[in-house]
Amino acid sequence: MSESSVATHAGHHREGFVKHYFFSLDHKMIGRQFLFTGLFMLVIGGLLAMMVRWQLGYPEEPLPFMGGFSEDFWDGESWWAQTAPFGIVTSEFYNTLFTMHATIMIFFVVMPIMVGGFGNFLIPICIGAKDMAFPVLNMLSYWTFVPGVLLMLLSFFVPGGAAGGGWTNYAPLAAVPDYAGVEGHWGVTLWCISLFIIGFSSLMGSINYITTIINMRAPGMTLFRMPLTVWSLFIVAILLLLALPVLTSALAMMVFDRMFGTHFFIPDGGGEPLLWQHLFWFFGHPEVYILVLPAMGVTSDVLAVFARKPIFGYRAMVYSMCAIALLSWVVWGHHMFQSGMDPVLGTAFTLTTMLIAVPSAIKTFNWLGTLWGSSIRFTTPMWFALGFVSLFTIGGLSGIFMASTPVDIFIHDTYYIVAHIHYVVAGIIFGIFAGLYFWFPKMFGRMMSETLGKLHFLFTFVFFNLTFFPMHFLGVGGHMRRIYNPTQYEFLQPWQEMNTFITMMALCLGASQIFFVINFIGSLFWGRRAEDNPWEANTLEWDAPSPPPHGNFLEDPVVYRGAYEYSSPEVEEDWLPQSVYLETAVAGPEGHD
Amino acid sequence: MLEQLIDLMNRLNVNMLNWLPEAASTYAQAIDEVFYIIYIITGLAFLLVTVLMFWFLLQFKARPGRRARYSHGNVALELIWTIVPTLVFLGIFFYSQSTWSIIKYPSEFPESDVQVRVVAKQFAWEFHYPGPDGEFDTDDDKMFDGDLYVPVNKVVGLMLRGSDVIHSFFVPEFRLKQDILPRRDIPAWFNATKTGRFEAPCAELCGPGHSGMKGWVNVYDDAEYQAWVAEQWPPAPVEEAPVDTGAGKTDQEDMPQGDVPLQDDVDQMDPGDSGQADIVE
Repeated sequence: MSESSVATHAGHHREGFVKHYFFSLDHKMIGRQFLFTGLFMLVIGGLLAMMVRWQLGYPEEPLPFMGGFSEDFWDGESWWAQTAPFGIVTSEFYNTLFTMHATIMIFFVVMPIMVGGFGNFLIPICIGAKDMAFPVLNMLSYWTFVPGVLLMLLSFFVPGGAAGGGWTNYAPLAAVPDYAGVEGHWGVTLWCISLFIIGFSSLMGSINYITTIINMRAPGMTLFRMPLTVWSLFIVAILLLLALPVLTSALAMMVFDRMFGTHFFIPDGGGEPLLWQHLFWFFGHPEVYILVLPAMGVTSDVLAVFARKPIFGYRAMVYSMCAIALLSWVVWGHHMFQSGMDPVLGTAFTLTTMLIAVPSAIKTFNWLGTLWGSSIRFTTPMWFALGFVSLFTIGGLSGIFMASTPVDIFIHDTYYIVAHIHYVVAGIIFGIFAGLYFWFPKMFGRMMSETLGKLHFLFTFVFFNLTFFPMHFLGVGGHMRRIYNPTQYEFLQPWQEMNTFITMMALCLGASQIFFVINFIGSLFWGRRAEDNPWEANTLEWDAPSPPPHGNFLEDPVVYRGAYEYSSPEVEEDWLPQSVYLETAVAGPEGHD
Repeated sequence: MLEQLIDLMNRLNVNMLNWLPEAASTYAQAIDEVFYIIYIITGLAFLLVTVLMFWFLLQFKARPGRRARYSHGNVALELIWTIVPTLVFLGIFFYSQSTWSIIKYPSEFPESDVQVRVVAKQFAWEFHYPGPDGEFDTDDDKMFDGDLYVPVNKVVGLMLRGSDVIHSFFVPEFRLKQDILPRRDIPAWFNATKTGRFEAPCAELCGPGHSGMKGWVNVYDDAEYQAWVAEQWPPAPVEEAPVDTGAGKTDQEDMPQGDVPLQDDVDQMDPGDSGQADIVE
């Protein structure tokens, strides 16, 4: 990248509409593109979940708002009339719904928003760089992602519908088209191809992130002065670089099995179904940390800013993220305790899984330590960060149950697991909201409404817990996951009222997002103009104008200290930006952190 | 000690594990015990974090004139909350391991009194009995569609065999769950402690008919079981295939045999040398 050309971009720079909004090389615009795509997919993924819940709460009753369609419509050949006759979710469509809900939420919501959106927007600006190391590669990363999204959405409309083997798509159910019991075999194939494509998008992004963080930090920005959000994205980029090729190759093998007659995963030809599970989870467990680490980083930064206090144990936070990243490669077998894998391996994987719980515990206690003796400003981003901490605490603790092999015998494949993954992965949404409310002024130059934001938090937090906590009870009652109609089982019939309750709460949870939609769109156009540093925060992005111009900074920043010097005795204010030079300070650009 | 704690949780109305289906096998009790121990430990940890968080949020709200403590951490505290969780987690590991090995290690399986082969297919269970000769794939084998009959307080050895996709044999009251893989025999066992009829659903997504794929485990007392055996395999010498009593059909009719690569010798069901669980290389 030519430094001088970027420097001239600063200030008033005009470019065409298409070049500016679509084929931009600016990391901030690419970040916003990922963000908007992710938010759009969040709506789709959420609606799929609503339909799943409807079927569980009111089995085989027509979906709401179906009365508007005429008899002729249901007799017709339209996609909807074929997929959900008379508005009733069929078992084939139900399998598609939860499969695509999980796939979309993981690969098309959390990853693009956290890694693509926040990663692109924040990495350069937080380390004092003008842009990413490879801006063209960055643009390519987004435009490789788009066809993946389109293919995944398109797969709903092929004969037989989208993939319906669960987001894990275990072989041979997913590897042999005939076992799926639907006409047409394109669903899983398109699922594979779509994930194959977005795997390349993520690879391009991760190479870019790693290079940028290693090479382009501002003078004085040592690794141990980086904000924890940047640290988490750095570690995530390394995990992505190493984990995605495994998924990509497994997907290719799956497509070969489905289309070209190979038998990698099909026992009839000598293949091994467990090989798919090993490959999938060897990718899949690091993937869980790819999703959750950025939320941890964002939470750490937001907590420190609004607690007006340095993050407790900064180095321990970094080292525990590194420990999580390393251990995440040796825990995948805990998804497979009951799979027919040698039970002795189960023992080994329990041990490593218990160990990976330690750094997560350290992080939780360090967050609490940050709050101790603080001076808390209860803003919307702070509430969401606190929400993430409490949900992650529950999700982390419930994980210990399934890490214990004997307990896992009972709760494996039940709603206990569903409760756990939602406390962890859907809890990440709280990290996303914390980050969005926090960086919105920087991203769009306007403030969001605090009143609407707090209402959004309150309703989301309450209905989240009312939706997902009772799922623990269902799991303890033995309620299997991924079943279409719980009333088919005598031992589950007493649970039907709770299923209906959860469905109502889930609908309320969905409806609570109206506050966010109004706030987000309203503030985008009519929000109060944001100052450069509305939260009185320390990190470099707040030195730049809101929103930052192409090239980010009006003058090149130099870093003199760590990111968390809040309430420092050296200055009168309770914040001390990383780039402020103090005459009296001992620390020079290369001094202590 | 554990009983008293459970009692206390019941009185405080915080015992989530009350929702567990009744325990009806020998190891169900053992699994529930681990479940309870972890529930208590994590419950206390949750309480600790929640109380501290609420306290801090109320105590440390920003007020004019007060400044946050300028502190970057505390090594002693951090060491404590690294070491204590590590020890607790290791404790849970060792405690879990003893129960796990009894239930799932083939080398530790108890000698079985009754042998049954469970065949899973989209979307039903088939239960195959070896008949009086004790050997599978002989003329006196019998197959029962969806119903398993076992005596109470006896060790039942299962050989789980898949034919199409992955299924998972789940009996909630027994705390028994084991995935079934196509073209592989996986051994499992249980010892029912209560008579009755228990639902046995499939727990692994196996296609559009997954929901509703279930069978029943009928646990008989000794006399009932003997009577059932006598009814199914009348003591009179049998030359041809056994008489169909209406409870099931004979094996040969729809059990594909030639293409199953594993040995069907009943010895195979013995602990230790079973063909289960080849590790994927």
